[in-house]
Amino acid sequence: MSSNNDTIGKTLTVTILLCVICSVVVSAAAVMLKPKQVANKDLDRKSNILAAAGIADPSKSVDELFKQITTRYVDLDSGKFVEAPVANYDARKAAKDPQLGEKLGRSEDIASIKYQAKVMPVYLVESGDGSIEKVILPVHGYGLWSTLYGFLALEGDLNTVVGLGFYSHAETPGLGGEVDNPLWKALWPGKKVYADDTSDPEIHLVKGSVDPSTPNAEYKVDALSGATLTSNGVTHLIQFWMGKNGYAPFLNNLRAGEA
Amino acid sequence: MSKTNEVLVGPIVKNNPIALQILGICSALAVTSNLKTALVMGIAVSLVTAFSNLFISAIRNQIPGNIRIIVQMTIIASLVIVVDQILKAFAYEISKQLSVFVGLIITNCIVMGRAEAFAMKNPPGISFLDGIGNGLGYSLVLMFVGTIRELFGSGSLFGIEILPLINNGGWYQGNGLLLLPPSAFFIIGMFIWIIRSWKPEQVEKPEYVLASNTKGAEH
Repeated sequence: MSSNNDTIGKTLTVTILLCVICSVVVSAAAVMLKPKQVANKDLDRKSNILAAAGIADPSKSVDELFKQITTRYVDLDSGKFVEAPVANYDARKAAKDPQLGEKLGRSEDIASIKYQAKVMPVYLVESGDGSIEKVILPVHGYGLWSTLYGFLALEGDLNTVVGLGFYSHAETPGLGGEVDNPLWKALWPGKKVYADDTSDPEIHLVKGSVDPSTPNAEYKVDALSGATLTSNGVTHLIQFWMGKNGYAPFLNNLRAGEA
Repeated sequence: MSKTNEVLVGPIVKNNPIALQILGICSALAVTSNLKTALVMGIAVSLVTAFSNLFISAIRNQIPGNIRIIVQMTIIASLVIVVDQILKAFAYEISKQLSVFVGLIITNCIVMGRAEAFAMKNPPGISFLDGIGNGLGYSLVLMFVGTIRELFGSGSLFGIEILPLINNGGWYQGNGLLLLPPSAFFIIGMFIWIIRSWKPEQVEKPEYVLASNTKGAEH
């Protein structure tokens, strides 16, 4: 390194040249790879929806399978279908937007999510005659360390669970992380969310395995062993999203054919 | 050993960046709970170290001494962003698991350490090889730790089941500690111990020697 490198002129020249070159390289990479990244994100979301609905099939492409699913948007307060508020609507971003989201009061916020979007996407699987076979609802809530994001899929009776799957969480591996265990997820199909004619969700996690012959067994799911707080989180997030601040008004309307 | 060989193979055991230089421990804790992420992280760090060494060495005679750290950081940061973008585009699943740790390669002391210690004083070709060699040394430790953690923690290697877990109807009870970051501390510690028993010249001389107890004799 010769000492004349340390003059102000040289320092400025090197800095400016370096910054220009680096910014060109970085922006070129970001712009050129953007379409591929967006496609990846989309594919990831779609395959999670398919997995929750139990219609994932590795032999077919995700896009092909996704054709049987209709994406609709629901206003949670009124429980009616609405148009997407903005193009490329993202409920996670909308939750914190003053126009599109709202802050939850402490007593309502059992899932500890603080902000909730007013409009949520829902995914419908319709049979040939237009009746609804399955409804897939995005849910999220706080577990022990992290917010769990997932989908809950219901049968056409809007009460029986088809499946529950989380696609993003950071719970303790081996304990709370077992929410991803296929054996645990297999406990969910066939469970019922609501007791007869109510719109308060009844389903919750309990300690110990659930004997199908005990009363109300259809509303109980075996909790994750060694992960009480994650299990509580799962109970809370399902009760929140299936309750009156969540999808209950929409499901009532849908049952009455008025959505 | 020729110089090329020395810079390429030396850092793998003799001058391992994690085991001898004790650099880059933080990310070694975070990404080694399974082999796939450990391997991708190793490749990413090797590439960033190699190319940052190459570019920094290529302009080493033009870099003003008083802003050299900033120049190095700018080059390293740009490379890391490019690697992150490429992972997001071509290996989305893995980039989701690595999440913030790809971005944190910027702060990995190995990259900065090699730039400052080697690339600033050597021509580009040999600097590039030095980067690859140190990246390989880092990857080796990551793979070693990752193998132990994944095999005994979740009973699999590269996601392929080796020891069937009780949770999945098998017989093996996974070791929960190994899935948590602190376990990597113990494994890296043992790794350093093994290397230093094999090559005792790596053992550092104690900086201070305890004086013998002079009080005990009075009583």
